Formats: sequence, C-alpha cells, structure tokens
Amino acid sequence: MNEQPDQFTFDFHQSTAQIVGTSDDLKIKIGDFAGPLDLLLFLIRQEQANIFDIPIASITQKYLDYIRLMKRLDIAVAADFLVMAATLIEIKSRMLLPRDPFVGEEEEIEDPRQELVDRLLEYEQFKSAAGMLYERSTIEQAIFKRGPIESDDNNAEIDASVFDLLTVFQKIVARHVDEIKMEIHREEVSLADMLRTLKSRLSVTGEINMLTFFGEMHSKRELVTAFIAVLEIVRSEGVKLIQGTTFGDIILRKVS
Amino acid sequence: MTEDEQDIQKTPRTLAELVALAEALIFVADEPVTTKLLAEVLDEERDSVKAAIEELVREYESRESGLQIREIAGGWQLATRTELHEDVRKFLKTRPSAKLSLASLETLAVIAYKQPVTVPEILEIRGVQSASAIRTLLDKRLIVAKGRKETVGRPMQYGTSKDFLVQFGLRDLTELPSIEDFEDLVS
Repeated sequence: MNEQPDQFTFDFHQSTAQIVGTSDDLKIKIGDFAGPLDLLLFLIRQEQANIFDIPIASITQKYLDYIRLMKRLDIAVAADFLVMAATLIEIKSRMLLPRDPFVGEEEEIEDPRQELVDRLLEYEQFKSAAGMLYERSTIEQAIFKRGPIESDDNNAEIDASVFDLLTVFQKIVARHVDEIKMEIHREEVSLADMLRTLKSRLSVTGEINMLTFFGEMHSKRELVTAFIAVLEIVRSEGVKLIQGTTFGDIILRKVS
Repeated sequence: MTEDEQDIQKTPRTLAELVALAEALIFVADEPVTTKLLAEVLDEERDSVKAAIEELVREYESRESGLQIREIAGGWQLATRTELHEDVRKFLKTRPSAKLSLASLETLAVIAYKQPVTVPEILEIRGVQSASAIRTLLDKRLIVAKGRKETVGRPMQYGTSKDFLVQFGLRDLTELPSIEDFEDLVS
C-alpha cells in the first residue's frame, strides 16, 4: 500500500531545492530549482539574510558557485540562470560605485537592488500560490466521482475543439509516416522462371523484339535476369539473335 | 394522458420530492450540474431547486454519508468523502495520478492569477522560460488559449479552463485566495 513509484512521491514542500556536497564528494544532490529566482530565494534563505537588504556580494558569490557546480557536473545551465548571474554582477558593481557628487543630497537615489527585490517578492507570492494549488490538487485527488455510465460515451463528440482536430490530424500524419517506412518486398524472378517465360513466348509468337521484352522489366534485377536468360537461350537452344539494320531492333527468332 | 400530465404539472412538488429529483439528476450527470440547468429540466424556480440542493447537502452531512454533494466549477457533484480515499483507492486499484512539476505549478499559478496572460509576461514573473510547462498545461487542458493580445507581435494569451476548476476543487475563480494574501508569508 505504501509502495509507490518515485513519480508519485513528489512533494511540493520537500522537493524545494537543496544543494548538498561538492564535486569532491560523490554524494552530490542538487535540488530542482524552478528557475533563477527560485535559486536566489533559496540562497537568501540559506544565508538567513533579509530580503529587503540582500548582501549582494556574498549572494552573488554563492549564486556563481552554484552555476559553476552545475557546469562541472555537465548539467546544461539554462540561459535564464546566466541572465540572472549577469544581473547580480551588474547590481554588485553599481553598488560599489561612489555616489554621484553632482546629485543633490535631498535627491533619492534608488537602491540598485530594488528592482530585483520587487521581482523576488512577486515571484515568492506565485511560488506560494503554486504550493496552494498543489495542496488543492492533492485533496482533490482524494475525492472520487462515480464511474462513467453508458450515456457518457455518447456525448464524446460534443467536446472537441479545432485544436483537438489538429491533434488527431497530427497523429494521423505521424502514423502515415510510419506506413511509408514499411519495407516493400520486391518480386524475385529467378533465371529459371525467366527462361521458361522466354521459351513459351517464343513457341507462341516465333520471335520476340528484344527492346520491347526488356522494356517489360520492372527492376534492374529483372532486367539483368532477362539479359542473362537471353544469352542462355541463344547459347543452348535453336534460336538466333537477328539485327536487320545497323543500330536497328534486335529480334530473338526461333530457327528450326 | 394529457390530462394526467397537466395534473402532474399543476401539483407543486414537495421539498422532499425535489430533493430526491435533485439527487437523482446530480447522480447521473457526468460533470458538475448547475442549479440553473436543474431548474430548467425540472421546470421549477431556481430558488426552490437551490433550497432542495441545500437540504440534500445537509442530509448527506447529517448521516455522515460516504458521499458528499459538493459545489464545484459552478455546479453540483456527487463524490466520495476525502477521508475515505485510502480504501476507495484500494478498491479501485488506482494510484494518485502523476503530479504537475514545480515549474508547471508555478506557471499555472501565474496564469490563474494574471489571466489573460502572455508567455513574455509569465517569463517576467517566473524569470525562466515556461514553454514546456505551458505545453504540459495545454495538454492536460488546465489552460486554454484566450485570443491574442493587441501589442507588438500579437502574442497568444492564456487563461485557466473549466477543467482547472474541477481538478483543483474550485467553485469559481473568486474562490482562489487573493494573491496579496500570500504576501504575509514573505518575511
């Protein structure tokens, strides 16, 4: 009863990311961060820092360490993570700059971190909302509706949109591609068969125009077989190859 | 025949009769059924149908039934009680279906609160590309395309579907706690 496959043991709260160990330690566990903001929030919380007064230097350092760790482990670092790294470095350098002496004392200079803080706060709200949705769906999965009754199936066609049609169409097209890939078995014609054909035709008509005979062949393989058959029949039987004019049609004729 | 029918039409149904009818119709409906639809089918006032449903809900509760009449996605539905899930699942031999990933849940949260919302707007909030999460949500029919936004590039806008309400046990979108309520948690 308690044995469940991994995919079902996903827990929204437990799955919140964590970084354990370094590359020297074989037991490396990197949490599944939903994005750069998620990672940043994690680092801030780990540092027990105040979100409204982020120690930008140390957080930037930690963030870059994490990205380096990902790279060392050959994990593809999403571009979005790199964008955040650049943003952090930019904020860090802006904070190091001395205050512009030409700006009056009374004028408010915006904290370079402000925009990032706003984004983090907004993101955290939606992260909490995602947690709420997770809980709701868990509760919802504990509730069962009655199984479908006969009439339910009859209504199936009502609930289809253009996108459903498109999906079905794509599936059909995909299936079609598979069909085309099917191997086509070519007909194998043996030399004996070809000889038999030649002989019976010859006995009926008396002569065969080679050009039309070879023209009847469907594949290179058949053509080659037919050619060998002609050579064979000329060698062994009472038949001759006759060419009336130079470059004219070659006729296979029975001679008695 | 016609006289009989008219007679039945004229005699107003008692509350008990209406309660029984509402129960029967909610039972056979394969998706949440609205008070409006019940009133139309039964040719009754919406208020009396509503009263009947409320009575029905009370009945189920008072006798601690294994079933419950619940309001969901704007309609009424007959379903098992949450507490019984373990044994029900054992009987059905089912497991909870695969959960949405963290990324999909976040994307869904953004769409639920900001709808109609475009992909770039979701990116702005989440700070990460959400294309695959959006595809998952579309496949699961939790979100639907809601036309294009009349700005540069006319990006597609997304919103939540009725299935979203059903799968997350919501009466309607207003039942979602306001996004500002989550601010308190941030500290």
